[in-house]
Amino acid sequence: MPRLKPLHFIGLFAALLLSGCNMVLLSPSGDIATQQRDILLISTWLMLLIIVPVIFLTLLFAWKYRASNTDAPYNPEWSHSTVLELVIWAVPLIIIIALGAITWVSTHQLDPYRPLDRISEGQAIPENTKPLVIDAVAMDWKWLFIYPEQGIATVNELAAPVNRPIEFRITSTTMMNSLAIPALAGMIYAMPGMQTELHAVINKEGVYEGFSGNYSGAGFSHMRFKFHGLTDADFDKWVADNHTAGSALSRANYLKLETPSINDPVQRFASIDAGLYDAILNRCVEDNRMCIKDMAAIDVKGGMGREGTYNLATNDILKRRIGLALVEQKTYVGALCAPGTAPTARTL
Amino acid sequence: MSEHSSNLANLIFGRLSLEAIPYHEPILVLTFLGVAVGGLAVLGALTYFKLWGPLWRNWVTSIDHKKIGIMYMILGIIMLLRGFADALMMRTQQALSFGDNVGFLPPHHYDQVFTAHGVIMIFFVAMPLVTGLMNFVMPLQIGARDVAFPFLNNFSFWMTAMGAALVMVSLFIGEFAKTGWLAYPPLSGILQSPDVGVDYYIWSLQIAGVGTLLSGVNMVVTIIKMRAPGMAMMKMPVFTWTALCTNILIVAAFPILTAVLAMLSLDRYVGTNFFTNDLGGSAMLYVNIIWIWGHPEVYILILPVFGVFSEIVATFCSKRLFGYTSMVYATIVITLLSYLVWLHHFFTMGAGASVNSFFGITTMIISIPTGAKLFNWLFTMYHGRIRFEVPMLWTVGFMVTFVIGGMTGVMLAVPPADFILHNSLFLIAHFHNVIIGGVVFGAFAAINYWFPKAFGFKLDHKWGVRSFWLWFFGFWFAFTPLYILGLMGITRRMSHFDDMSLHPYFIVAAFGAFLIACGIACFLIQIAVSVMKRKELADHTGDPWGGRTLEWSTSSPPPNYNYAFTPRVHAADAWFDMKNHDYKRPTEGFVPIHMPKNTGAGFIISALAAVLGFALIWHMWIPAIAAFIAMMVAIITHTFNYKRDYYISAEEVVRVENARTELLANHV
Repeated sequence: MPRLKPLHFIGLFAALLLSGCNMVLLSPSGDIATQQRDILLISTWLMLLIIVPVIFLTLLFAWKYRASNTDAPYNPEWSHSTVLELVIWAVPLIIIIALGAITWVSTHQLDPYRPLDRISEGQAIPENTKPLVIDAVAMDWKWLFIYPEQGIATVNELAAPVNRPIEFRITSTTMMNSLAIPALAGMIYAMPGMQTELHAVINKEGVYEGFSGNYSGAGFSHMRFKFHGLTDADFDKWVADNHTAGSALSRANYLKLETPSINDPVQRFASIDAGLYDAILNRCVEDNRMCIKDMAAIDVKGGMGREGTYNLATNDILKRRIGLALVEQKTYVGALCAPGTAPTARTL
Repeated sequence: MSEHSSNLANLIFGRLSLEAIPYHEPILVLTFLGVAVGGLAVLGALTYFKLWGPLWRNWVTSIDHKKIGIMYMILGIIMLLRGFADALMMRTQQALSFGDNVGFLPPHHYDQVFTAHGVIMIFFVAMPLVTGLMNFVMPLQIGARDVAFPFLNNFSFWMTAMGAALVMVSLFIGEFAKTGWLAYPPLSGILQSPDVGVDYYIWSLQIAGVGTLLSGVNMVVTIIKMRAPGMAMMKMPVFTWTALCTNILIVAAFPILTAVLAMLSLDRYVGTNFFTNDLGGSAMLYVNIIWIWGHPEVYILILPVFGVFSEIVATFCSKRLFGYTSMVYATIVITLLSYLVWLHHFFTMGAGASVNSFFGITTMIISIPTGAKLFNWLFTMYHGRIRFEVPMLWTVGFMVTFVIGGMTGVMLAVPPADFILHNSLFLIAHFHNVIIGGVVFGAFAAINYWFPKAFGFKLDHKWGVRSFWLWFFGFWFAFTPLYILGLMGITRRMSHFDDMSLHPYFIVAAFGAFLIACGIACFLIQIAVSVMKRKELADHTGDPWGGRTLEWSTSSPPPNYNYAFTPRVHAADAWFDMKNHDYKRPTEGFVPIHMPKNTGAGFIISALAAVLGFALIWHMWIPAIAAFIAMMVAIITHTFNYKRDYYISAEEVVRVENARTELLANHV
């Protein structure tokens, strides 16, 4: 059966490749990723129910009805069979109904915005557990993680205690990125001026890979970090180390950090400016810019009409700071009344 | 004074200066030398053999749908070589760039390579190949003498070709986008991509997009208005059905692309804020709009190919296509559903669970009609007499490959699974699985199938078989490792890796790409060998495969009027039906035939559009205004050209038809 050869070959080849590699998606260490893996496997098995027979029949028919096999039946006009047509529409339909039901339920259950309802299979969340909040900021091209509860921040290193729910609040400074830690949970985009959320939990101690899963320019390949799943004691120690080793993440320091850079080492910050994450999210860390939420609040009330256009600031400082000399001057809405700042430039 | 003259120079040359020539990049310099030497050789040969006149008269200005179809195919194949060179560079870079080795492409270059690869393969390889096929085959299949708007057809082709030319120019003047093939903002915005790359992207797609849209309008009208008498909708060949649905999709989808790119241009050129980070812009808006075009685009590519396989499987199984009616309805259902699935490209952008589930489930529903099509091909083979000519090999290879791609596609359609697979190499493997396993396999099947119709001789069997097996194994070697790497959590568009354990997979993938390169080489050799053996491979009958549809009733190659008399159609598989009823080819009573006349207007207007695009890319405002005015003058002048048609005299028809009568008498 010469026509079976390719399939044999591919099977062998796949088996060779599969042996001895670490497929993190198929053996993750966090409960959310595990459930996502299960959905992946269930859907695969469901579809194999139809894919395997189709491939088998294709090869069988190709072999059996070859022109040289004149013993095989030949019905050149046979082109319709109501029963068969019902079957070929109904069988995929039934599989898709099953898969659709699984999809509807699992998509709601595993919605990244939904707070967790368990630590892992059969292990409920203990009473009065508050999730660990981590504010993740994708920058050009590094990750800033702010721990509001602990009052610390890190660049390109993430840690969390095992079996404690984590609540990520995710944004970005300029580009569209995505927070991807395959061992922990599926990815979600990080976008400037917007916040996405991810609820997850890590169940095993270990060091896992984290990175940006959405291409964001020159430094993208190196936008990686290690995610440490730690015991409670180790996590406390890690926090304490941050407190002793780190410098302060003031707004001025943050603006320096915002300069595009590639392959940054891990950095630690012992304290963070109050409201920094909120300012990053609302794109108003510089004190002459109006925060998006204030702008939106004004717009909701009908905007400020022509007067609104008199309050524009330029990106002149930003331009020089991050080396975008080629860019023409851009404007944005200036802060309304931030104490201690120079009057905003009027460019329109 | 000097400031004045520098302002003027600025208005003429814009951002363009000698700095824009990448003479410090050895790869590009070598490529340029290659292109320059090759180009000069071609120009020299054209001059030496005095071919400029014939080239201009018979091809460039031709409004014959067959020649335009062939030119589309040639464009697609040439651009395939460029796009595949990009693929080889990427596979090589990823196979080298581990640990301390940074490979041979810095991110600045690598990011352009993968962007150009995607843009070229979709817009300038896959699109010209399917458009070329529809152009060549569809009017013949419906018994028409040309398309509804022959001039527009020539203009559409040249707009597409000029878009491709602009992409090629970006290789040697300036640079291409470094944004990925869909140029998501904010990365493609002026702040993050201030250079000309994204402008090349925008204007090459805008120019080519006009061509695609007009060609879509043209073909929809052709199919609706110009079918031979008796060819009711449900007697149309399946390929014509898929062409109809595809072109309806084009007409509905391409304006969306034009609009979204226009908005991006406004953001970049005049400082609007549709997609910027500040002043209320939203990049998510762009991502939504471009995929509302982008997903139907996928079906624009695959539907005609489904039609190709339907024709081939019936012909080479010597059997009527199983389930014609359900095939047609499956096509229509796919057409409609293709507009309801775009969000599955970004489940991870933070939409609510109900929205994600809705789009996940609509996506899965598409697999039902697609599955039905597969079963229809399968049951056409059942109780058939399968001749394994090259087109049929591609078809069986497609069926086996495509179902795997379909399966991984449905896996990606389940949102919780997509959260872990999104943007991974698994995704890359999936869409190459359906685009190579579907569109490319289909295009090669079609080229092998209709080549004798276009040129009067078959393609060499042996080299065709070699090309198929190399592509088939090459594909699986190149993309199986990517499926596995995806499950290992490796993301796309990486130019460097630290984890040495991944190295073997990338080596295997690079080997697969090498096999595909051999497959492409075999295809080119196949054409060369066939040209040399054209006497031996000649098809004198016009029906070398025992075809079933009308195009096989005329000669190979068809006369420029296609049919001396418009055929009458009584059944689906019209030519098969005619053969069964002892059809006698008419040999007398010929009358003059009314035909459209060649014109250079399409080429001239498109060339001016390309100049306009180039000027806009470089902010050369005076040349841009001049090119725009010239283009308008050319368009208006063309509207005053009343010598648009002519008659082929009855004597000429008699001469051509008698020659065929004689040929048939001598060889059949």
